Amino acid sequence: MPRRDDIRSVLVIGSGAIVIGQACEFDYSGTQACRVLKEEGYRVVLVNSNPATIMTDPEMADATYIEPITPEFVTRVIEKERPDALLATMGGQTALNTAVALAESGALERYGVELIGAGIEAIRRGEDREAFKEIVTSISVDGIPAEVARSVICHSVDEVVAAAETLGYPVVLRPSYTLGGVGSGFVHDEAEARRLAAIGLDASPVTEVLVEESILGWKEFELEVMRDGKDNVVIVCSIENVDPMGVHTGDSITVAPALTLTDREYQRLRDIAIAVIRAVGVETGGCNIQFAVNPDNGRIIVIEMNPRVSRSSALASKATGFPIAKIATLVAVGYTLDEIRNDITRETPASFEPTLDYIVVKVPRFAFEKFPTAEDTLTTHMQSVGEAMAIGRNFTEALGKALRSLEDPRAPLVLTGEITASKEDLVRAAARPHDGRLGVVVTALRAGATIEELYAATKIDPWFLDQLALIVEVAGAVAEAPQLTADVIRHGKRHGLSDDQIGALRGVSGDEIRLLRWEMEIHPVFKTVDTCAAEFAARTPYHYSTYDEESEVEPRTKEAILILGSGPNRIGQGIEFDYSCVHAAMALSEAGYETVMVNCNPETVSTDYDTSDRLYFEPLTLEDVLEVHRVESLAGPIAGTIVQLGGQTPLKLAQPLKDAGVEIIGTPPEAIHLAEERGAFGRLLREAGLPAPRYGMAASPEQAGEIAEQIGFPVLVRPSYVLGGRGMAIVADAQTLTDYVTTVTRASADDPVMIDKFLDDAIELDVDALFDGADLYLGGIMEHIEEAGVHSGDSACSLPPMTLGQEVVDAVRRATRAIADGVGVRGLINIQYALVGDILYVLEANPRASRTVPFVSKATGAQLAKAAALLMTGRPIATLRAEGRLRAEGDGAVAPEGTPIAVKEAVMPFSRFHTSEGKNVDTLLGPEMKSTGEVMGLAPTFGVAFAKSQTGSYGSLPTEGTAFISAANADKRNTILPVQMLSEMGFTIVATAGTARILRRNGIKAIAARKFTQCPGRDGEPTIVDMILAGQIDLVFNTPRGNSSSGDPRRDGYEIRTAAVLRDIPYITTVQGLIATVQGITALRQGEIEVASLQEWAGATAERFGVAR
Amino acid sequence: MTPDQPTIAEHDPTTTHSLATSSDHRRPALLVLEDGRAFSGVSFGATGETTGEAVFATGMSGYQETLTDPSYQGQIVVATAPHIGNTGWNDEDDESRRIWVAGYVVRDPSPRPSNWRSRRSLDAELVAQGIVGIAGIDTRALTRHLRELGAMRSIISTDDLDVASLTEKVRRSPTMTGAYLAGEVTTAKPYVVPAAEPRQFTVVAVDLGLKAMTPTLMSQRHIDVHVVPAGATIEQIEQIAPDGVFFSNGPGDPAADDASVELLRQVLARRIPFFGICYGNQIFGRALGFGTYKLRYGHRGVNQPVQEVAGGTVEITAHNHGFAVDAPLGRDLETDFGTARVSHICLNDDVVEGLELRDGDRLVAFSVQYHPEAAAGPHDAAHLFDRFTALMAAARPRPQTTPPAEPPDEADGIASTGEVR
Repeated sequence: MPRRDDIRSVLVIGSGAIVIGQACEFDYSGTQACRVLKEEGYRVVLVNSNPATIMTDPEMADATYIEPITPEFVTRVIEKERPDALLATMGGQTALNTAVALAESGALERYGVELIGAGIEAIRRGEDREAFKEIVTSISVDGIPAEVARSVICHSVDEVVAAAETLGYPVVLRPSYTLGGVGSGFVHDEAEARRLAAIGLDASPVTEVLVEESILGWKEFELEVMRDGKDNVVIVCSIENVDPMGVHTGDSITVAPALTLTDREYQRLRDIAIAVIRAVGVETGGCNIQFAVNPDNGRIIVIEMNPRVSRSSALASKATGFPIAKIATLVAVGYTLDEIRNDITRETPASFEPTLDYIVVKVPRFAFEKFPTAEDTLTTHMQSVGEAMAIGRNFTEALGKALRSLEDPRAPLVLTGEITASKEDLVRAAARPHDGRLGVVVTALRAGATIEELYAATKIDPWFLDQLALIVEVAGAVAEAPQLTADVIRHGKRHGLSDDQIGALRGVSGDEIRLLRWEMEIHPVFKTVDTCAAEFAARTPYHYSTYDEESEVEPRTKEAILILGSGPNRIGQGIEFDYSCVHAAMALSEAGYETVMVNCNPETVSTDYDTSDRLYFEPLTLEDVLEVHRVESLAGPIAGTIVQLGGQTPLKLAQPLKDAGVEIIGTPPEAIHLAEERGAFGRLLREAGLPAPRYGMAASPEQAGEIAEQIGFPVLVRPSYVLGGRGMAIVADAQTLTDYVTTVTRASADDPVMIDKFLDDAIELDVDALFDGADLYLGGIMEHIEEAGVHSGDSACSLPPMTLGQEVVDAVRRATRAIADGVGVRGLINIQYALVGDILYVLEANPRASRTVPFVSKATGAQLAKAAALLMTGRPIATLRAEGRLRAEGDGAVAPEGTPIAVKEAVMPFSRFHTSEGKNVDTLLGPEMKSTGEVMGLAPTFGVAFAKSQTGSYGSLPTEGTAFISAANADKRNTILPVQMLSEMGFTIVATAGTARILRRNGIKAIAARKFTQCPGRDGEPTIVDMILAGQIDLVFNTPRGNSSSGDPRRDGYEIRTAAVLRDIPYITTVQGLIATVQGITALRQGEIEVASLQEWAGATAERFGVAR
Repeated sequence: MTPDQPTIAEHDPTTTHSLATSSDHRRPALLVLEDGRAFSGVSFGATGETTGEAVFATGMSGYQETLTDPSYQGQIVVATAPHIGNTGWNDEDDESRRIWVAGYVVRDPSPRPSNWRSRRSLDAELVAQGIVGIAGIDTRALTRHLRELGAMRSIISTDDLDVASLTEKVRRSPTMTGAYLAGEVTTAKPYVVPAAEPRQFTVVAVDLGLKAMTPTLMSQRHIDVHVVPAGATIEQIEQIAPDGVFFSNGPGDPAADDASVELLRQVLARRIPFFGICYGNQIFGRALGFGTYKLRYGHRGVNQPVQEVAGGTVEITAHNHGFAVDAPLGRDLETDFGTARVSHICLNDDVVEGLELRDGDRLVAFSVQYHPEAAAGPHDAAHLFDRFTALMAAARPRPQTTPPAEPPDEADGIASTGEVR
């Protein structure tokens, strides 16, 4: 059944901003889908609001709409583009939900759009828990019916309580139709049931919660299933969760293939999975089915299915070499599996089941440090922000590599040193699932705990516990060997010990071990992921390191460039950096280099085996990168290694790599150091005559106090070398400063605390620029909408800047040039400025690709990362201009009339995190970055662009209703005008007493509401929090003051913001934000908002600036 | 399983965590191939010396079924999955009365089994059955070598660690080509696997290396299975008056087994419905007049795509064969017994994976090269046992007391309707 010719154009929906539970795996899947559809000759129309994706690159689709993924906007795109088909299984839950809404609204029928992949009925059957349950229980395999957990569907809190009593506590709550398990969790008693039921019912768009028998502690498995239109079904991969049932699979350490099932058990899972995909009726494409298996008797329960590609599909694709999204797309347009070639073997078809001769381990990356009040217990509600995957020839090796891939100093297992806690305490601590539990298990083993004791406490399968015991045993052998012989090192390496771990065991540094190892010529070999356990020859160089005998890296003649990726997603370092790395691979490949990608993040496009010429799925540590470099330098000539595109992770390796003889191209390590070392950078600024906020570096709390007195409060404090504002705070008084210095940092001469004068009421600017040593190309100047003090990653911004005069732009250009030249940049630099009055202060400079590179590239139509990569190979800006890669004249800072306005908005993960009392963590923005992703709004005017950015990130701005206003004293004056406009547009204004008084005095009708701390009135008058929770408020404006992010925010502001997050209504915390919101609402009220594709915008831009398309 | 069974197996004192190191108490072991390539590792299972044809098996699960599959008689099996022994050894999953492999090659044997049905460790079972293995070698390098150069004779030793001496020994060992091995693995005496009630059919299964799952699946389909040893005569079969005859899988070179070919020709001449699996497919091929040949490195795994030629449906199937039938694809061939055609092919390499014989439009006999009984492996092709019952039902001269099964072409829904199941 070959390609369908009855459809000509296909609409693909992406997944929008990166949020917890829905990350860049959907860029990977969407990119594969778009690429395949284009190759097959279809016209591809794409909607995705996230500019930091490869899929929204203009060449990936014929019409790319960076527009909000809402039924309204997508309907407009359909109206305009009239696609024949909609592929909604590539964009996660967001795309699937949008497809359901479009089907329900009749839009699909009206415009004759066919859902391909999974049809609407299959989506409903897979997603609707009750329907799914019926399907599963109707299936019988070998005469034995398939089972689901016993459960009851509830629509009210009382129903939940009654159901829980029938099933017996503990029970699990699972709200219907939510992302990544929002609002789900275990419930142990009635009080908990009532509280979580309220949250869960609210989180569910259909106000529905499933109450389910507890299968806590059972083994958890996932199968990735693929079906074609001829009903051929294959299982692509089995995945086993090391953490048993009770921890969301996204938060679990997982392993592929499944390791603790007999063939009989595995085949039953397989049979059920196949029966389920058929019964649910996913016609074509990929599915993920989750199972729980009772370790005591093998009873199998089907937990759920996703009738679409998922996070696990991305993992399974990387784990097996079977590109699930690509194949799912091909079968969706009519191909059968036997008609599709296996890219890796090139001889065999895709209608087979990959078999692995290695072990894959995935570990989650958490961000609890960003939310100090959040409870870090892992539950069925996903909280991790990213993941790393590693491949080894056994579990211990893969686990060791995975843990060091996390780039978290606490992640690798600690195998030496004194243990202070008792064995009993350690076993007890291991019982609670949390980030770092594996480390506790290992410490408990070292303290003498048995596998039986730990199994009883953790329910982690004894096989895995025994593997951890094996690591402890190997570590003991390494530590106790009389001499560190080659055999001893090999033994440790075979079980995943890093040079650092071996060094710690032997009381020497990791560097010393590395040097010794190299001297002994002990190196890993590199094997190939080939889908078939070597049964057929692999044609795709997708490699992993292992301490084994035979290496498979082929020699090459072309010059290679190594690109170091960015590792696991985390807050502050996400998909944006992967975007830049992928672009570098594309550009350098075009320029005739052999590109070699090194990365360990399975969610990304960069770790697709066809993104680069060679892929090394390896941790980004000095040890591992040096081995890749070594083997590639044996394979052929290397032209250089790129460290400046993958964020801080590779950047930190620049100097040590250079010291080890690796040639870094682009900005040299010394220049990177110069920009990051405050003293040297301060001198540079002084010499260039550029003002910067006064600052100092303190090596002790006393010194910090002195410095702060000198430069004056408020001050911005932070540890050195940070990304994403980690540990940053604005401090207004001496006591708070002392507390900060003693608790947050360990101020010392080696690790000083930075103290900057904090500039109140400044306009913050972000600049991305290219510099080749002579010419400067300003990629773009972004003006933040929130004032300085909110981390740039969390602030909305506009490009071109909305309020800057030409003089300021000129000043920015001069300053950027002076800094780029002074630092010695060859490639990209990102600089943050603060404009106070007419003075442009330099806040910081980062000589690397920044988070905003993709946004700037999409907004201006010039692909900065590609240009940067070529620039690093010595191609000057003039040439890049001549080639049409950059504008022939002017640059991103030149924005004449008619240039579209791009607004970036950040998306926050607050609803994911709860305090130990079960309340949401505070949603206040500050100097520490907290957002997980971003969206872009693109329109001819600022108001519309801002409105789109809000719609894309949170849901539409209200055009009518009630606005709640609570302004801090310092903000009251500036609040009056925007509130007056809201009032004139017909909004009802509710305000706290003080604010209401001021508003009334200015002629604005404002109703006073009780504060939360005032409690409901005598006659039950609700507090503002009650009103928000009751859905009576449509917009919240609340400016806090004098707060730090240190975890004790003022009660009222906290409760209001938390309630707003729960209700998913816009909450605005700055006056500038309020003004932008009012502009957005005004634009929305003026009528229909147009949608336009990047290609349409680019057409206009190309005419104007001569940028090649 | 009994309810009081412990959920965690006791730690097996005979195994140790460490591998391939000086601190290890396992004995050093050497694997040498007939081309002289050597791999050094440590002992696994029994110690001693063993020779056999080195072949690799790519299944990620089911080592217990693999090791007890009589088709592996005379072969040293290399497991490509790196962790072996994770689920220990239980009392239910054996495919025959003993382990047949001549030797076992693994990378990382599991120090501790973990499964609710596990009774002992794999290592202990190998020791108990005297199976010599080797662990801690680069199994992927070995597999690539066998893939490029073909399956070849090999030797594992823990007694002799001299490569030259072992190379000489391995070159003196017998080759698989021309080996008749069914006689070594077949049952000594006939026995019956009774049908699940109500009994509807009687089948004679000629045990050329029969796996236990085959009669189990037949029994579930209400077939009384009379298992007879290799070398049974047509008279012995006729005495049982079966509805059908089955030839099992088994080890060795089908070209060396004229007796089975002759027996099958007699069965076909009597128009007794026939079903064959694996070696049974090769014997069927020969009975129809086709040749057989040795594949370079064979098919051994549980992920092989097999296409049903007529309907185009693809099934994921378990394979274990080093030989294949040499028959032309895509055309009918007249034979002594009717019209034969290749019914199934492997999509990886177009190897013949199934044959069928028709008398006019009526199916009279069929066989597959792969393993619909699975164990280990996917169950996608289990419906072939239904096809066999349908074939037998259609061949019956008189009406049944129990409702007859569908005629073969109807029941075999793949060919006629393009649907599976």
